[in-house]
Amino acid sequence: MKINFLRFKTIGVVALFSAAIMIYSCKSDGENVEDDIDDSIDIDDEIADDFNKAKQVFYSLPSPIETAMLMKRAGAKYNEEYLNSIENVSNYTTNKSMSLNLGVYSADLSFASMFDQSQAAIKYLTATKRLAEELGILNAIDKSIIVRMEENINNRDSLMEIISETFMNSNSFLKENDREETAAIILVGGWLEGLYIASKIAKSTSSNKELVERIIDQRLSLSTLLSLLNEYKEDENVSSLIPKMESLKAIFDQIQVSSSKIEPVTDTESNVTILKTQTETSISPEVFDNLCNEIEKIRNEIVQ
Amino acid sequence: MKLKKLETKLFSKYFFIMKKTLRIFLVIGLLAFIPFTSNAQCKTFAKKVCKLQLLPYVHDGIYNATVLSEGETAELFKTFYSGQEYRIAICGAEELPPIEYQVLDSDRNLLFDNKDTDFSTTWDFKLESSQMLIISIQVQTTDELNDEILSGCVSLLIGFMNVESSFDQF
Repeated sequence: MKINFLRFKTIGVVALFSAAIMIYSCKSDGENVEDDIDDSIDIDDEIADDFNKAKQVFYSLPSPIETAMLMKRAGAKYNEEYLNSIENVSNYTTNKSMSLNLGVYSADLSFASMFDQSQAAIKYLTATKRLAEELGILNAIDKSIIVRMEENINNRDSLMEIISETFMNSNSFLKENDREETAAIILVGGWLEGLYIASKIAKSTSSNKELVERIIDQRLSLSTLLSLLNEYKEDENVSSLIPKMESLKAIFDQIQVSSSKIEPVTDTESNVTILKTQTETSISPEVFDNLCNEIEKIRNEIVQ
Repeated sequence: MKLKKLETKLFSKYFFIMKKTLRIFLVIGLLAFIPFTSNAQCKTFAKKVCKLQLLPYVHDGIYNATVLSEGETAELFKTFYSGQEYRIAICGAEELPPIEYQVLDSDRNLLFDNKDTDFSTTWDFKLESSQMLIISIQVQTTDELNDEILSGCVSLLIGFMNVESSFDQF
């Protein structure tokens, strides 16, 4: 009887602990049982509306790998001077600076790989590994990834695939462990580094029309980015980034844009749909300079 | 003697209630871990099943997956860039009814509905000018009468065509 009672006691402790976790998880989602009961009263009236509402909303920014691809297509040339020195890695000790610079180094890593700078790519992978470890992103970048990268050093496609996989491992780990704020901050760092590199190259190149267009296009991603940050504005690291992004948006808003309606046309042979539309943009040299200066200012605050 | 009998009766009643309570807590406790397991399954599903549907496009590295039930919806907002060729892959777990998805422009005008292509799981497209698009997903409801609401992982991945070469799987 004593043994049985002890066994039940142990089960009880485990069960109570589990139930406590469940109750905590429910509360951490901002809901509680009372709210559920209150909500259920109005359910009949709202059911039709809810059916049309999105249960979940994802805001997706261009990943570092996509940004690097866009820059290459726009005719950018590689210049290591524009990347964040890996010597700075030891300066990042807070969660915010580590997250932002994990994004920055991921962008630099993608940029180096896209331009076949294999040695630089390995260096940047090592820097991202260090920050990922310090942020507790387990197994995102393990030894096997560095070995795979070294083995495929001259194969850009393979390198891009490895980077894409590494990035997915990191952000899925963070999302699964309720650290979506950190995932968002990493994306901000990566996005801004891409924008910074593009603006530096655009400023130092005479025939830079495509690159400037790509920079102007980032007004669209900036709106998505602000929506993403607003989702997690209770987090002080996230909220501290919002004014900086809003100051950038204020400059982007000075760009004149007009767009026609989108018409989808599918090529039956290739099965690829072309979204036909025309967009006209106009940016004055002053606005472009202001934009580049603001980008540089924010980026330098991040990497210092 | 009578007191002892009453004591034993009370103890067994207490023990019975305790046993029942513990069982309830145990069930609740175990249920608490289901979301964690679902998350892990979702990641594996996205990586092992959905990502393959992107080939020969390169995955952008962003993980979008969630557990949805019949009739539930999710939306993704993303900017797509001109000149780049994209593939959207939307996959639902086997136990789910077909996943319907629509691609809308920022004013929510319909650009593509996979109902028109027999619930295809991928859509390839390119743009003449960069646009922020909305991908709206809905898990269909089953016609069968069932007490149980089906739910499972739904993953939305985006890939782009590599600039200079066709992508070889390795």
